[in-house]
Amino acid sequence: MIQFKVNGETVTTESPPDTPLLWVIRDELKLKGTKFGCGIAMCGACTVHLDGAATRSCITPISVVENAAITTIEGLSSAEGKALQATWVEEQVPQCGYCQSGQIMQAADLLSGNPSPSDADINEAMNGNLCRCMAYTRIRKAIKSAANGGEA
Amino acid sequence: MVMSRQAHAITRRTFLAGTAGSTLVMGLGTLLPGCSREEAADDLAAAGASKRFSPAVWFEVDGTGGVLVNIAKAEMGQHVGTALARIVADELGADWSRVSIKHVDSDPKWGFMVTGGSWSVVLSFTMLSQAGAAGRTVLIEAGAKMLGVEAGQCRAEGGNVVAGEKQVSFAKIVAQGDISRTFSDEELAAMPVKPASERRLIGMATTALDVPDKTTGATVYGLDTELPDMVYAHPMIPPTRYGSTINSIDDTAAKGIPGYQQTLQLTDPAEILQGWALVIADSFPAAMKAADAVKVDWTPGPTAAVTEAHILSEGEKLAADTNSGVLFVDEGDVEAARDSAADMLTSTYRTSTVLHFTLEPQNALVEFVDGVFHIHAGNQWQSLILPVLAKSLEVEESNIVIHQYYLGGGFGRRLFGDQMISAALAARELGRPVKLVFQRPDDSRFDCVRSPSVARFDASFDTDGALTGIEHAAAAGWPTLAMAPGFMGTGVDGNGQFDGFSINGADHWYTLPNHRVRAINNDLAQRTFLPGWLRAVGPGWIGWGVESFIDELAAKTGEDPVAFRLARLDATGKNAGESPRSVGGASRLAAVLKDVAQRSAWGKALPEGEGMGIAVSHGQERDKPTWTACVAHVSVDADSKKVSVKKIWQTIDCGTVVHPDGARAQAEGATLWGVSMALHEGTEIANGQVRDQNLDTYTPLRMSDVPELDISFMESNEFPTGMGEPPLIAVPPAIGNAIFAATGTRVRDLPIRL
Repeated sequence: MIQFKVNGETVTTESPPDTPLLWVIRDELKLKGTKFGCGIAMCGACTVHLDGAATRSCITPISVVENAAITTIEGLSSAEGKALQATWVEEQVPQCGYCQSGQIMQAADLLSGNPSPSDADINEAMNGNLCRCMAYTRIRKAIKSAANGGEA
Repeated sequence: MVMSRQAHAITRRTFLAGTAGSTLVMGLGTLLPGCSREEAADDLAAAGASKRFSPAVWFEVDGTGGVLVNIAKAEMGQHVGTALARIVADELGADWSRVSIKHVDSDPKWGFMVTGGSWSVVLSFTMLSQAGAAGRTVLIEAGAKMLGVEAGQCRAEGGNVVAGEKQVSFAKIVAQGDISRTFSDEELAAMPVKPASERRLIGMATTALDVPDKTTGATVYGLDTELPDMVYAHPMIPPTRYGSTINSIDDTAAKGIPGYQQTLQLTDPAEILQGWALVIADSFPAAMKAADAVKVDWTPGPTAAVTEAHILSEGEKLAADTNSGVLFVDEGDVEAARDSAADMLTSTYRTSTVLHFTLEPQNALVEFVDGVFHIHAGNQWQSLILPVLAKSLEVEESNIVIHQYYLGGGFGRRLFGDQMISAALAARELGRPVKLVFQRPDDSRFDCVRSPSVARFDASFDTDGALTGIEHAAAAGWPTLAMAPGFMGTGVDGNGQFDGFSINGADHWYTLPNHRVRAINNDLAQRTFLPGWLRAVGPGWIGWGVESFIDELAAKTGEDPVAFRLARLDATGKNAGESPRSVGGASRLAAVLKDVAQRSAWGKALPEGEGMGIAVSHGQERDKPTWTACVAHVSVDADSKKVSVKKIWQTIDCGTVVHPDGARAQAEGATLWGVSMALHEGTEIANGQVRDQNLDTYTPLRMSDVPELDISFMESNEFPTGMGEPPLIAVPPAIGNAIFAATGTRVRDLPIRL
């Protein structure tokens, strides 16, 4: 049995230790906002926060999250996270929307460590998150808008 | 064009409005044979719809004034529900803040269900407008009575019927109850649809109804669905699309994996799936592990050794044979022009295999209960897959219901629901709901890819060096032949059938003295993989050849690429356009071309190693054109030959822009798809299947390579046309032409590699 926290609540799972965190979040905890895309940590759709840091849950075995704190899009409550969700609507970022939980989680991690990122900082932080609809210009705009208008 | 002929059978349209409880239900659609309007109205009021009436548009006003518009189109990022609902709501005079939408299932009452071709607005606009206007007429008639005035004195706005100082809300009108009204086809045709000047929603800024949930993780996609007692299924994809057979399955090594249940060998009577097996497990992680452990011994099909080079070489051979293919365009006499030519220019353009790579991998959840298959999956063309499923499952279509969800990307991949078949077969066999999920490499291997293509151009010139004719031969695998043969077109000489979706765009709007286009099916491609419709479809690769070759012609004749094009966009003869959809014809293409040239300061001096290129497109089909012109500004590194796109300008004329920000979002995404396909993505067939199966080697555009975008829409009140695909088409040739301007090197292959 492995125990950890998800969105502030303690959870346990009987799944084998090599089970990817993604599937425990989605199929055991029924938090479906975190998505499955490539399975090799290269699209970012599965991004969650592990002790505050953006992490690809599709390749993270639950053995390494023992006693850790996981945040998913459903539990995103930081000031920068809320600011991003608001600017994501203002800028009308999502198209199909499938990658957007991961984009927002990645961007929240960026802003938590860098309150006013440059274009280059944004590119570096966000390049691992594929948007297949290619809403990139709006993603960048929404991050900048959250950085400037948010509490950061 | 092919589609519209077949999709809309000759029927009597009718509009019904009836009170059901505290809700006013309204629908525009077709009465089924032998049914009276009154009977259908009773059914609509009682049950929403029935076998007597097939509503193409169906909306309701409830007792609080809330308006619900049912949407029979797939939502895959285009915010289609918002655009369609605003057309209805504008005519209805509804309060937009009280409008909501619902995506419906595949019940036959919805008629022909497809979302593709950038058709949703262009093919629904008239019907939605008339339905909204009919609804307004009904509400005004009822409201006028309540106000004690003549209907002619009333107007509907903001969810109220207003007459001078007096007004009554839709809510009160509906609560009063007992409305029953029908309109005939003739009455609908005469329905007073608002002039552009009176529109309150169409063309105005708004936000999309589907966006907020997509920022909180609340949106439900097909992958997110579950049912009690379901098992997970993982596909075992055979080594070739066709003709693979399973000799044996050894699951010894999987038996020790907790949660592994069994491996099912499938037989698909429709033979869409050949040589398939499914690993069944309690959880998806267990299914993934077991799929690695199960050993399937296949005898591969006959195309196991086919490569991209084989397919392209076959395409080149076919294109060079002037007797091959079906005539798509045959104007004047290209042979005479060639025979008397003083000079010729021949070029061959090629494009490589492209994956859809929808970020949501293929999946389906199927429950077989009481003889009915309930299929839960996002899909773009329910009416295409239903008969296929019926054949695979050996049941009537009425025993299959596809429940719609949000699509984590469509791009044409979900026009075919072939992933549903295996899950449905397994659900029946196991007697339990089956949740099928593809891992990415399997999704890529089972993709209906954009076929590799070859386009050959032979241009003739007279002794003065003037262009006298062009023969264009285009060879590829044909999706419509494979999946929807009923939608093939017939050659202009009455001979042979072609896939319009693999040749559209070759019938461009340039006036040429002699012009012939041959559409050629590449049979080797057809036999090796399932060709698919990928965003922008035929024009997406046809346009690469056409607009690059036009640039070559301009270079050869020493003319400026803009001037060369404008001289041939004279809007004469067949290029004059037709009201309403293509009114203005080539003059509108000339207008966007001039606009983009002006905005991009076309012709300005640029530093060494930089260049600008231009290209135009009329979108997906001649009879519903979206006019676009694109300028790309690139720089090419002298040493590494790396191409960087610095900026892209687009000018777009799609007539009336229904949802401006939604249209802009589509233009941004489609433009970057064009960049991605020009420079970043593309794979090849190797050993009968796609070589690049995941993001480690398949490399779509990422944020760091996004160029500056400057996109502008023409102000227009003309008939609205599609936006999902057209802005993609001119981008790759604009980039190729810019590379020529920067380096003098003509690139003819997609993706571009210098």
